[in-house]
Amino acid sequence: MEHIELFFKSVFVDNMVFAYFLGMCSYLAVSKKVSTAVGLGAAVIFVLAITVPLNWLLDQYLLQEGALTWLGEEYADYDLSFLSFIMFIATIATMVQLVEIIVEKFSPSLYNSLGIFLPLIAVNCAILGGSLFMQSREIETLGLALNYGIASGIGWFLAILAIAAIREKIRYSNVPAPLRGLGITFIITGLMAIGFMSFGGMLTGGEDEATEESREDTVGMVSTTDTANTIKETDLSLETKEGTNKQ
Amino acid sequence: MGLLSKKDSKLIMDPLADNNPITIQVLGICSALAITAQLKPSIVMAISVMFVMGVGNVVISLMRNIIPSKIRIIVQLIVVATLVIIVDQVLKAFAYTLSKELSVFIGLIITNCIIMGRFEAFALANGTWRSFLDGIGNALGYGVILIIVGFFRELLGSGTLFGFKVLGDPVEKTGLYAIGYENNGFMVLPPMALIVVGIIIWVQRSRNKDLIED
Repeated sequence: MEHIELFFKSVFVDNMVFAYFLGMCSYLAVSKKVSTAVGLGAAVIFVLAITVPLNWLLDQYLLQEGALTWLGEEYADYDLSFLSFIMFIATIATMVQLVEIIVEKFSPSLYNSLGIFLPLIAVNCAILGGSLFMQSREIETLGLALNYGIASGIGWFLAILAIAAIREKIRYSNVPAPLRGLGITFIITGLMAIGFMSFGGMLTGGEDEATEESREDTVGMVSTTDTANTIKETDLSLETKEGTNKQ
Repeated sequence: MGLLSKKDSKLIMDPLADNNPITIQVLGICSALAITAQLKPSIVMAISVMFVMGVGNVVISLMRNIIPSKIRIIVQLIVVATLVIIVDQVLKAFAYTLSKELSVFIGLIITNCIIMGRFEAFALANGTWRSFLDGIGNALGYGVILIIVGFFRELLGSGTLFGFKVLGDPVEKTGLYAIGYENNGFMVLPPMALIVVGIIIWVQRSRNKDLIED
């Protein structure tokens, strides 16, 4: 139960892009085509799924206050948490390098299509943000940390997929010239973020009326943006809502 | 400016408008949006980034001839992470509530693409003084956007600036509230940050047609 709740919360309610603006740089830079967006999204899920549990272990057994107790009683008072930034980023950089080597070895075609974006994952704030949130929210077990990593990755993946689909279509519409490209992408992301805010009541045990309202909101969003992709996403969200109602 | 040559002052002035890191180079947006609901954290963030960028650019440009190009990303990350730890510890010591408010976003300066972007694009190829100016200039350009967004969001969202009630008191109905003005609670929520930045981009590109994308 705990796992399901954390999963849906990380994918929809605390979505990396729409609720915290993490990984916006690559989100904006790589979302011009759906195919590259899918590649990067998958890589982000993978790296998050590795680094969050690893950093959880680091945090539990090295960095937290009293984490060094396993070394002996005299180390019980040590608090190394000020080192967490440097430890986390080192783990992430190493893992990204490792992933790069593995992908290059086993799937050169994927490696070539991802190109420069693979090393750039190291400086994607969503990755470091995942680890820092894991630390500040005090996630309790390794399993939950793994779940959190995968779920936030999926949330990021959904976001970049949706915006890439919208951007592919919006090329054919008559946007005011100064707003073309970056400007309209910002505004659409803002609108999508408003849509995602309606997931907020999903897990807080909100009243039934509140869920009804939020459902209307999401449907309203679709009619304005009008892309196959967002419709798919709302389908998904409705499904998850039913899922949580069953709970 | 006697101190700066024309070329040097260009390094400072360019990022403020026509080569702004946020609206033109599209770097460092993550943190720019998340902490701008109020003016005070926006300014603290801008100053922190200015410190990290200024010092970081100097350090990298001093080391640029001895960093092997294969491991330069890790070296850069370590330099940034060290500087960010300093900022974080200073904030925790002198402004604890503020550092709680900024939560993970101080840590996320490490992965702020502005910093890596300027290291890669400038500090690795230029001398120390010029790199320092470039760092300060880009941090100023970043700070300007942060402050504009923070200003509008705090003013329209909660009717205050730096926590002072500039539009009157919403409870006692003084000032603007006396004639029926209401706070726009939407401005405080995250999505409006994106839309405000979108509008800034719109205004900037309507004024300078060269910047329009096709």
